[in-house]
Amino acid sequence: MYDVIIIGAGVSGAATARELSRYKAKVCVLEKEEDVCCGTSKANSAIVHAGYDAATGSLKAKLNVRGNEKMPSLANELDFAYKQSGSLVICRGEDELPGLQALYERGVANGVKDLRILNKEEVLEMEPNITDDVFAALYAPTAGIVCPFELNIAMAENAYINGVEFKFDTEVKDIKKLEAGPDEFEGYELHTSKGVFKAKYVVNAAGVYADKFHNMVSEKKIRIIPRRGDYCLLDREAGGHVNRTIFSLPGKLGKGILVTPTVHGNLLLGPTAIDVEDKEGTNTTSDGLSQVLEKAGMSVKNIPVKQVITSFAGLRAHEEGDDFIIGEVEDAKGFIDCAGIESPGIASSPAIGEMVAGLIKEKMGLEEKDDFISTRKGITKPDTLSMEERNTLIRENPAYGNIICRCEMITEGEIIDAIRRPLGAKSLDGVKRRTRAGMGRCQSGFCAPRTMEILARECNKPMFDITKSGGDSKLVVGTNKDVF
Amino acid sequence: MIYCDIVIIGGGPAGLAAAISAKKNGIDSILILERDKELGGILNQCIHNGFGLHTFKEELTGPEYADRYIEQVKDLGIDYKLNTMVMEISSEKIVTAMNRVEGLFEIQAKAVILAMGCRERPRGALNIPGYRPAGIYSAGTAQRLVNIEGFMPGREIVILGSGDIGLIMARRMTLEGARVKLVAELMPYSGGLKRNIVQCLNDYDIPLKLSHTVVDIKGRERVEGVTIAEVDDKGKPIQGTEEFYSCDTLLLSVGLIPENELSRGMGVDINPVTSGPRVNESLETNIDGVFACGNVLHVHDLVDYVSEEAAAAGKNAADYVKGVILEKDAGQEVILKPDSGVRYTVPEKIRVSHMKENLTVRFRVGSVYKNCYIRVDFDGESVINKRRQIVAPGEMEDIKLTRDQLLQYPDLKTITLRIEEV
Repeated sequence: MYDVIIIGAGVSGAATARELSRYKAKVCVLEKEEDVCCGTSKANSAIVHAGYDAATGSLKAKLNVRGNEKMPSLANELDFAYKQSGSLVICRGEDELPGLQALYERGVANGVKDLRILNKEEVLEMEPNITDDVFAALYAPTAGIVCPFELNIAMAENAYINGVEFKFDTEVKDIKKLEAGPDEFEGYELHTSKGVFKAKYVVNAAGVYADKFHNMVSEKKIRIIPRRGDYCLLDREAGGHVNRTIFSLPGKLGKGILVTPTVHGNLLLGPTAIDVEDKEGTNTTSDGLSQVLEKAGMSVKNIPVKQVITSFAGLRAHEEGDDFIIGEVEDAKGFIDCAGIESPGIASSPAIGEMVAGLIKEKMGLEEKDDFISTRKGITKPDTLSMEERNTLIRENPAYGNIICRCEMITEGEIIDAIRRPLGAKSLDGVKRRTRAGMGRCQSGFCAPRTMEILARECNKPMFDITKSGGDSKLVVGTNKDVF
Repeated sequence: MIYCDIVIIGGGPAGLAAAISAKKNGIDSILILERDKELGGILNQCIHNGFGLHTFKEELTGPEYADRYIEQVKDLGIDYKLNTMVMEISSEKIVTAMNRVEGLFEIQAKAVILAMGCRERPRGALNIPGYRPAGIYSAGTAQRLVNIEGFMPGREIVILGSGDIGLIMARRMTLEGARVKLVAELMPYSGGLKRNIVQCLNDYDIPLKLSHTVVDIKGRERVEGVTIAEVDDKGKPIQGTEEFYSCDTLLLSVGLIPENELSRGMGVDINPVTSGPRVNESLETNIDGVFACGNVLHVHDLVDYVSEEAAAAGKNAADYVKGVILEKDAGQEVILKPDSGVRYTVPEKIRVSHMKENLTVRFRVGSVYKNCYIRVDFDGESVINKRRQIVAPGEMEDIKLTRDQLLQYPDLKTITLRIEEV
């Protein structure tokens, strides 16, 4: 019997797990995929929004502003890549200025600091590649960019170190309410692909599936619509094309496509917004990708589209009420929703974790641990070291002298660390999200076979069992001539 | 800091031939830096034959061809370091490299020969929509898995792109027991050598669909199939021509890109057409004493020409170190200009005073031309007219110029290359 079971190891589940691990409680995270950060959390814009978008008073607004404030210190504590690079919302004509002004005022009301409206000259001086027909822009210096994988992984690792259990490849199939028995206990029984788990409290952080679990326990149904966003990622050579996240004012051109540097120096364009039926429908479409390239070109000129190295799509967990749903379900005591977490979910995640854990702490009367470890050290990044430090590292462990991914210059030492560390990587994508090996311009053409060998060796598995991302995503299927 | 006359970046066919030539031209202090565990580069995974027809008048396999050069490097006592990655080269020719044993170290070179080769274009470069499951490989990655490691990447294969590696892999996968259902090519012509189409596709009844591309990839965990569609003359898929092929593997052979990150980092000018350095008659880049050859300069289809080009770069680097061509006065400079039908030339300019007796100018055409002339004009005067039955983008062309010939035109400014259809 657990005190709390969290369904989903995405950014909301991991943030909640990490915050709960401050307290004396038995906590377990159930994840249907083989790793953390496999759903919405891995495919998004990775923006730490400033907080001017959401309606004043909404959870989205409150948690975004709070999450944004917490992000710098969290990045410091948990050692993940984050940069407060700022954002610009641009408008193209004087007729759009009232819209920009409204956004500014909403931002101020939401508590966003240092907002300013810039005129054309100021905008172009800041970002010379912005379209020449820009009229003005809302500048938010507190906006930032983050590595969404690292954020998610860091929070999960820290939770794990502090005693939270993680069960992967464990899909929740059904949830039953436990009535108070002779020991006066209430809670839930979760039937999964790996057996039955019981808990007093359940946190539903299941992303696009949050409606499914909510509706298992509540008569007040909710509906999550997977809203697909297609993206194009450009080579790091194009990374300096803009230095801040560039949004278009939502208006006559529809919801804008952003253009942003990533925290690792690539350029990211996207997303589209296409409502789909399929909760696993992360396939890009030709229309979607052309829309991304076309609309990105409306706010930023001369985007070197020939430098696209990959494209991908993510699904936002859009709820019809257009706000986060966080809190105990009215007719299901002990069942805490963390649903409808779409944009600004990444930015809000530190605050979401804080809110959900706080709620449970109050209800259960949890006590703080004395031995909570608040920091986590990420994978050593040799390229941030001096030549001397790097040579010391290589002398101690020669694997740091062996480059495996030559586009991102990732060493064998980093890949081994990614596999061996708490909640380590088990697949090619797991290694990629933790180290960036395979994320560069050749998109793993060179390093995939080498990383597969390291995975096989480290996990003591045959090559046939090495996968791209768990499940049946096997990378090799046999040996030469084995069919003859 | 280590000091060295010539540092060669890459121990593949280009680096090896350049090293041998530099040594034979009198330079003893040479160091080859190779990132892989053995010399030979990509040739080591090219176990098919057909290499060396021009150089050795024999049909060798890739490893055999490489071995001829590796043996010479060893016999000549040329130094090399394996498992060594070059991290950075400064414009002052300080090479920073790293390996497990020595860690990070620096070498000051008098001359640098860039011979890093090329890499394959990934799926993203084509923006192919669909899912991103396991089972999508670039053809060269699959070649390594099969030929070096003995693993089958899949059983039922569709190949996009009819570049040489794609064609070679169509045959290889068939021989190893997979079923190759189709080779689709976006362009109306193949990007590969004619002989490879005959020997790798026709001989095995593998269909080739020109003007076709992949418009969707199905399968969440592993590839389950791809949708192929015909494209119009702008390369856009034509609605209604879609056809589904079930398969567990999609191999991509959609082009090669010279690997010039190190070159860019040191300030070498890159030609956007070749994605390789701009070079003069000595295969020297805009940085004095920095030379380039092989696939890092421009993508070749025959290794024989890589070796030939690299030997020239090696000799020129040796001359540079010895000060043979260090003339203050560069003298007459002639620009080579690609004109209609010709996409680029290597080199792009000739300093006549530095020109050796003979100079090979290599180039590619932009389309298939039948029954045409390769025309070379010296400031508008027609000087060379080479009749060709067919030229194609997949086959590199060349013309030979001589120093004597150029000396006859003391005021020459521009040499224009173009294709003229009859």
